[in-house]
Amino acid sequence: MTGRPPARFRQSFAFYVLRRLVMLVILLVAISFVVFSFEYITPGNVVDTLLGLSPRTPETVAALKHEYHLDEPFFTQYWIWARDAAQLDFGNSLRTTIPVSDTLRSRLPTSLFLGGYAFVMTMIFGVLLGAVAALKRRRLADRGIVAGAIVGLSTPAFVSGILLLWLLAIEVKAFPSFGLGSGFFDELWHLTLPALSLALISTAFVLKHARAAMVSVLDQDYVTFARARGLSPRRVFFLYAVRNALIPVVTISGIILAFLITGAVLVEVTFSLSGIGSLLVQAATTKDLPMLQGVVLVVAATIMVANLLVDLVYAAIDPRIRLGGRTA
Amino acid sequence: MSDVVAVETGLGGIGTRGRLSSIPPVILLCFLIIGGAVFVAIFGRLIAPYSPGQQNVANVLQKASAEHWLGTDALGRDILSRILAGARTALVGPIVIAAASMVIGNALGLLAGYRGGRVEAVIMRWVDFMWAVPGLLIMIVVVGQFGGGYWMAVAVLLVLTIPFDTRVIRGATLEQAPRPYVEAARSLGVSDWRIMGLHIWPNVSHVAVANTCLVFASSLVALSSLSYLGLGLSPGTPDWGLMVAEERNDLFVSPIAPLAPALAIVITATSLNLIGDWFYERLSSRGATR
Repeated sequence: MTGRPPARFRQSFAFYVLRRLVMLVILLVAISFVVFSFEYITPGNVVDTLLGLSPRTPETVAALKHEYHLDEPFFTQYWIWARDAAQLDFGNSLRTTIPVSDTLRSRLPTSLFLGGYAFVMTMIFGVLLGAVAALKRRRLADRGIVAGAIVGLSTPAFVSGILLLWLLAIEVKAFPSFGLGSGFFDELWHLTLPALSLALISTAFVLKHARAAMVSVLDQDYVTFARARGLSPRRVFFLYAVRNALIPVVTISGIILAFLITGAVLVEVTFSLSGIGSLLVQAATTKDLPMLQGVVLVVAATIMVANLLVDLVYAAIDPRIRLGGRTA
Repeated sequence: MSDVVAVETGLGGIGTRGRLSSIPPVILLCFLIIGGAVFVAIFGRLIAPYSPGQQNVANVLQKASAEHWLGTDALGRDILSRILAGARTALVGPIVIAAASMVIGNALGLLAGYRGGRVEAVIMRWVDFMWAVPGLLIMIVVVGQFGGGYWMAVAVLLVLTIPFDTRVIRGATLEQAPRPYVEAARSLGVSDWRIMGLHIWPNVSHVAVANTCLVFASSLVALSSLSYLGLGLSPGTPDWGLMVAEERNDLFVSPIAPLAPALAIVITATSLNLIGDWFYERLSSRGATR
């Protein structure tokens, strides 16, 4: 594969980063275009939604059309909208008339806190339980953990939310059933149940992958050799096995993120938290177009940037990725 | 992906072919549950003791009793009858998705894995893109903003599911493509389509069958999540996800009202996932001995 200089550049890390950045920008533009055209493919028109029950005269219709640039050609409209959107100005909500960006900003911290909390839980429980299961392979502990993971993967976040609410907030009054709390630790306490129910499905997913990776690592010669040299089991386990078993877990981070974002919508609705997820459902069911466009763009950008970061980390660890090999 | 689908469930039953006695009891139970669920999806409304929509205001939020095995909800409707009637919307959509996605996903996966080149690049870019997208969000936006109800949700979910099948089948095809039997067929002048369909597919079919069970389970979970959010079905329709949402506020008074449909979702999805894992293990070990 080596030899030709251009090929060498094409395989360099810098070229990989550049290529991915260009892809990211193209994708963002494409998505913004789709999000903008919601206005045109949605049944009913914006003027009707804006007017509501107020009297309809040719003058008010013309004024509204002018205010929302509806009298301009399609691409001009897109340009005006995209220019504002790039500066995080998505217009005003059709329902509350508050700027969309203000609402997004006030709701983002809750979702980020919830997502971050659940992500930490996912990684800790998923990797640890997966490693334990691999170590106790084919024994009772392993079977119990794997069975638990299958049930976890089959439980949507709203079901685990309802179950946890009933168990830990109603039967045993250990956690609050609603509210956000004030201050970091109070918030942590209030968000424990939502984060647990959000983390369940992704933990099960990480667990399966961590276990599979761990099982194959434990069979490797260097692990056997380390044992043969008389290193303590704990040392072999943490220094030799877990570290290498973590690599496949990095690759599935993108999917974990998708799990967390999907789950956040359900969990926020179940626990009546005002985050981005419940805002999305609200905007979609009330046909609040600017709000919907803002939420979708922010979520899409978050996902793409996070995926890019994961891929870069992974390409830095494993050169085969950036060579673009055909791996199964 | 395909290597982790095969996480050993430790449920035994490996090695011997096709005989009923080789099916472990847990899997047998799962098959019974799914068979029962399908039966209920077809005949649920006929065997339900009450009409699922029949309200009785004098009889709200009853506990489980001989007359109402799972109690009644906030409008006095019989919960057991609603769960039986709700099996239809819970299962029909996922069955359609699993079947259609298997056909289309397998075709695209075989094509991408066997042909390679530009066809593969185009298919895989699309797969990568869809893979990173949280499906439920797309469904919320499309069904919420554009309407279309239950079948629109099914169609959107199908489009989002196909890449999953495609990726798994492509991975399995990549393993088969360089094998001697494929080369032999090619040197005999067998057409590409015939090689893909009649030579390679039978060898990756275990992955396809197992994967279809997993797709069935995940689309059941996704569709019930959507109806939980109040999208896709009109309020009052007996549906497991929607029932959990409508009875959520009665959790303090009558926990059985939201918990019973919630458990129905978990039990059905778990059975499907167990069957999928078991299929994968059994059939892949059979394939290995060939």
